[in-house]
Amino acid sequence: MGKKGFDSTPVPKTERITGLVADLFAKMPEIEPARAELITESFMSTEGLPIVTRKALAFRHILNGLPIVIRPGELIVGSTTLAPRGCQTYPEFSYEWLEAEFDTVEHRTADPFYISDDTKRRLKKVNHYWKGKTTSELARSYMAPETIRAMDHNFFTPGNYYYNGVGHVNVHYDRVIYEGLKGIMEQTADELKKVDVGDPNYGDKKRFLEAVIISCQAVIDYAKRYAKLAEEEAAKEKDEGRKQELLKIAKTCSYVPENPARTFEEGLQAFWFVQQTIQIESSGHSISPGRFDQYMYPLYEKDIEEGILTREYAQELLDCVWVKLNDLNKCRDAVSAEGFSGYSLFQNLIVGGQTKDGRDATNDLSFMCLDATKHVFLPQPSISIRVWNGSAKELLIRAAEVTRTGIGFPAYYNDEIIIPSMENRGIGIEDARNYAIIGCVEPHVPGKEDGWHDAAFFNMCRPLEMVFTNGVDNGEIASIQTGDIDNITSYEEFKAAYKKQMDYNIALLVNADNAIDRAHAERCPLPFESALIDDCISKGVPLQQGGAHYNFTGPQGFGIANVADSLYTVKTLVFEQHRFTLKELARAMEMNYGQGFDETTAKEAALQAAKVMEAKGEEISPDFIASIIKKVLTMELPEEERKRYAEMRDMIIDLPHFGNDVDEVDEIAREAAYFYTRPLPEYRNPRGGIFQAGLYPVSANVPLGAQTGATPDGRLAHTPVADGVSPTSGYDLNGPTASCNSVARLDHADASNGTLFNMKIHPTAMSTDKDLEDFVSLVRGYFDQKGMHMQFNVVDRETLIDAQKHPEKYAGLVVRVAGYSALFTTLSKSLQDDIIRRTEQGLYR
Amino acid sequence: MDDHSYLNVKGRIFDIQRYSIHDGIGIRTIVFLKGCALRCRWCCNPESQSYDIETMTINGKPKVYGQDVTVREVMQTVRRDMPYYSRSSGGLTLSGGESLLQPEFAKALLQAGKALGVNTALESMGFAKYETIEMILPYLDNYLMDIKHMDPVKHKEWCGLENTLMKENARKIAASGMTRLIIRVPVIPGFNDTEKELLDIARFAESLQGVDEIDLLPYHNFGEGKYRGLGRDYPMGDTERPSGDKMRGFKETIERLTSLYCQIGG
Repeated sequence: MGKKGFDSTPVPKTERITGLVADLFAKMPEIEPARAELITESFMSTEGLPIVTRKALAFRHILNGLPIVIRPGELIVGSTTLAPRGCQTYPEFSYEWLEAEFDTVEHRTADPFYISDDTKRRLKKVNHYWKGKTTSELARSYMAPETIRAMDHNFFTPGNYYYNGVGHVNVHYDRVIYEGLKGIMEQTADELKKVDVGDPNYGDKKRFLEAVIISCQAVIDYAKRYAKLAEEEAAKEKDEGRKQELLKIAKTCSYVPENPARTFEEGLQAFWFVQQTIQIESSGHSISPGRFDQYMYPLYEKDIEEGILTREYAQELLDCVWVKLNDLNKCRDAVSAEGFSGYSLFQNLIVGGQTKDGRDATNDLSFMCLDATKHVFLPQPSISIRVWNGSAKELLIRAAEVTRTGIGFPAYYNDEIIIPSMENRGIGIEDARNYAIIGCVEPHVPGKEDGWHDAAFFNMCRPLEMVFTNGVDNGEIASIQTGDIDNITSYEEFKAAYKKQMDYNIALLVNADNAIDRAHAERCPLPFESALIDDCISKGVPLQQGGAHYNFTGPQGFGIANVADSLYTVKTLVFEQHRFTLKELARAMEMNYGQGFDETTAKEAALQAAKVMEAKGEEISPDFIASIIKKVLTMELPEEERKRYAEMRDMIIDLPHFGNDVDEVDEIAREAAYFYTRPLPEYRNPRGGIFQAGLYPVSANVPLGAQTGATPDGRLAHTPVADGVSPTSGYDLNGPTASCNSVARLDHADASNGTLFNMKIHPTAMSTDKDLEDFVSLVRGYFDQKGMHMQFNVVDRETLIDAQKHPEKYAGLVVRVAGYSALFTTLSKSLQDDIIRRTEQGLYR
Repeated sequence: MDDHSYLNVKGRIFDIQRYSIHDGIGIRTIVFLKGCALRCRWCCNPESQSYDIETMTINGKPKVYGQDVTVREVMQTVRRDMPYYSRSSGGLTLSGGESLLQPEFAKALLQAGKALGVNTALESMGFAKYETIEMILPYLDNYLMDIKHMDPVKHKEWCGLENTLMKENARKIAASGMTRLIIRVPVIPGFNDTEKELLDIARFAESLQGVDEIDLLPYHNFGEGKYRGLGRDYPMGDTERPSGDKMRGFKETIERLTSLYCQIGG
């Protein structure tokens, strides 16, 4: 808490903010070619130099050449693209997918981008330079053949870092704000002097530290370009008020981020240049501002005390930063776009919690950050709140007020479980108390960690399917063979087979991640990002090569509810009550419980058959394909068989499910999660850290569910898998407390890369002041039982269904997807359906 | 307390509803006791009325309403939400039906609630001899008493019985000072949705010793489907819900003309 407590009085939103938000969404986002051209130009001229030097020179070349713009009315400046919400491309990581999608990217359902013919032409011209030079190509060459096979069969996908930069850090914004880049360059210069000629890594260290200095200077020069532009625009400006603003911007940008910020406003501008340029350098998403209310507070407090800042102006500046966070964008490949649907950059910003020395951290800015989210009402930043036993109640109520708006923010995090879980992974207590959240839900030590959070999506249902098929998928061996399903004679044996399937595929997941890790180390060391994370400078090692103080790899698993309910089915209906055999269950799953298949599946089956025939040299007619599609769609099963499968599914659905506070099932869910979380920390990554599990899906439970057959919990083929640690949609019927109790039963501390619990609450349960108090008690009650994270959608079903039908009426409807919020109308139809299906809590009688 | 025999008392319930936040303080679990003396036309829980175990058809599937359980069994569910009661000062609420038709069971449940250390509440019309009510008061923190109308004739016409006894009990409960008494009024179009009728109830409530709050519960038709499920006609037809403005008008009038705090909804 600030020395004098805190002032939580809200400040109203200004006209300027309304205008900035409107301008942001005036047009569809567009892909721009400048960065790709600049990096290619630079790389062509630096062949033969050490990679880290080439990266620094390229970064400088990009920042010197990227077109710059000050948008009307902005107080905080710095734009990566000429058009608002546009994106640049990053061919050094991968580019083939974009060329393949040139003609579809504008019309795809998830995150479409406009791309002009001129841009296509210009990108094509430079992209070919990168053939054979990308991280994704190198990564693939490092993978075991069975890893590639497992990826092809959709057991997991490391798509995120495979195609893109890593991102997923919370850098030392505080150092840039309070020491200036000058301070960091001085430290680097000192280290350079200290590198001993006898040091075996003399060359690597020297080149890296020089690259840090080049990169920091490049950012300083970039800011000065803005100072100059602001001055030029001021000279032309007719409106006296705006002229003065532009002159102030010019003054600010010529001083920061080079020097330590003198005012709150300078501090915010320095923050923004860091936030923006890291993304220009790295292409990574989830570059998270973290504990913004903490590191900005000293400047705020000083300015308020000196009387040079009003709370009104401070709020307007914050709101301007929030708008800028929505100005950045990223185009992903079509498949990833489904998994990260909603144009999200996952810039997580967290308020509240504890200070390093374990005291309540609430201050004025904690409230003002929440209010900024209410003012701009946009998906960025992903705002979060840390809750601990000593949290200020006023802050929790203010957070609940934001939740009530339906925007899906903030996400609530529990210090009381996250801090010990981090300590358990070897993080010191002060660092653990200082944690921030990266991206969706991943705990992280600010300025000291390379966590490789979000390293892959692992679908826990696929190994379960393999138990039933003896490792065979689509007619070929795709996994370890655990024997014919007939030979399994007890529940214990069944679990052992599942564990074998899991262990086998987890090892391959590790293989994939480590291959990609090596590729980034070799081809993409990032000197600017490295400069802002301890101990890269003092070790003389880039972040990507293990320079960070703490190193982890955090791939996330999902589908716990399905696995838990499936195990419970096998335990009770097969082995206790003998209602059907495993073999019968296997057949029922294969036949999708007699429910037929959707059109996509039918088309896939037809294409596969066509491929087989083509390989044999047979001719395929459209009629033939149509006939297969029809066959699969209608799937002629003997009526008796069909009835039996439907009856089996009814028995399964009548069982108690995870999410209803039934001890027996919830204990199985705890065990199910261990199948994923326990093996991982046994593995190490090339940066010297261990693996740690997360349990959250981003939005991948929908597209990856579409690649999963029917499961023993009665889930039909190709429907979404349960998200995160949440119960299966529509299965948790005993109200929110029961749902919370079930989820709290999992060992969240073991999933130290984060867990994600979605809850949908009906607006009538959030309407009065008393409702908000009870809502806070609900979160608290879940956290008292060691739950880790919770997030809410407060919107009724009818509204969502209407928004699907009339998107034009709901342009501003923001909903919670997974660890982030997005504009509902920008999501793919299947993801929209998934959100609509989530159980609605709090509507009775 | 050494004697735990109250945990073995049996009774008949038809539902337990968790995370109830609109019926008393904090987060509560409501235990619905089966059987009622009245037959209010607007009743949203028709399955509560008969003491008999009934089968209702929901989405084409039969569901049995009515279950004989011990207090110990009920408390196994109630205690699962302890963390939420602790955080919100919430607890256990008995509703019905009319809980007082199963007085030993109701008393034992409330006693178990107090033994757990949570807030206890009872939603009831007060349809019982005062000696019965007196027996449970030591275990009751809040009495949420329904008063639907002041006119016995109209009360009988719409609810099946006069309410002289209930009004008398209200006075006695208030005078006992053993529980916090709150008067609750369902606002039913055509029955009591006029300023005068509601004000009459409010004036009565105001005359009760220690009563300072009255809750107006607007009519809703969420129970309609249940009547169909039980093979009964819905007595309210397509009666419309009172508008928000109308409800706010009542609240404003009551607060202007009496000393009571008036809340819309529980």
